Amino acid sequence: MARLVRLDRMGHTTLAEWAAGDGAGHEAAVAAFRAELEQGMVASLTRPDGSAEVIRELPREADLVVLRRPIAGG
Amino acid sequence: MDAALPARLGEAQALSWREGASERTLRRDGRRWSAWTGWVLLVFTTPGVLLLAIEPLTLPAALICFAHAYAVPRIQAARGARAPVPIGSERSAARLAGTDERAERVALGLLGDLVTHEARELVARSGLVIERGRMGTWLLGEQGALLVRPGGRRIFCWCVRIAQPEELPAGDRVAHLLLALREDEEGFATVANLQFSGAVWRVRRLMDARSRAALAAAQAEAR
Repeated sequence: MARLVRLDRMGHTTLAEWAAGDGAGHEAAVAAFRAELEQGMVASLTRPDGSAEVIRELPREADLVVLRRPIAGG
Repeated sequence: MDAALPARLGEAQALSWREGASERTLRRDGRRWSAWTGWVLLVFTTPGVLLLAIEPLTLPAALICFAHAYAVPRIQAARGARAPVPIGSERSAARLAGTDERAERVALGLLGDLVTHEARELVARSGLVIERGRMGTWLLGEQGALLVRPGGRRIFCWCVRIAQPEELPAGDRVAHLLLALREDEEGFATVANLQFSGAVWRVRRLMDARSRAALAAAQAEAR
């Protein structure tokens, strides 16, 4: 089951979950994903090897996508 | 942008005037910091020695010079040691008044899911996340990062944080930095503000015991 998660003041909030063959679930996740990006969030796709990648489109086969706020120098 | 290509860290792209971090810039910045420290020592030690050579009764003035030669590099190293802010430390968001304990636990749970078992144990002990990168071994806190270079002798200390951290639990703050680092290590080092670079021992002696344990783990990983 793939998850779209937003880091927020609650710790995190699961915005959407979808299975590999769940087209409607993925479409709902894409809508939530785009709404968060429009709010300035950054989407990070965590790969199985532990690395991460900034994404602009939500892949259907993703395992975990985390939405985070931008970072800045202190 | 081609959606098939991995995107670079947008925060780094926004800093077009800033030179991108790389192996070359790290080596150069390390040499500059060493030269600066040597210069500070020379500038304050030389007059002290000259004063004593000319007139031994100027010892109090010479001691002031020597104190500066000791204090200035130490203050700079202290800024570096303070940069990361471990989870649960005195300056941690988890210690602020009105902290949501449940949110803190949830955030720590997600952070634990993002790291290895060994890293999870180190977070529990030190409040810092260890992450191996191409540039060296990183330690991430809520407001900064330490990079132990390969070989384990030199450290870089950066201040880097979430642009709008309001109300975010401590674990989430570290998770933000961890994800950004994993997305683009060079971009992460470009966005972060360098506070200090020098020998690891100069920073270690100014840390508390929890952070020293994490630094020892990072040094072992970097060797």
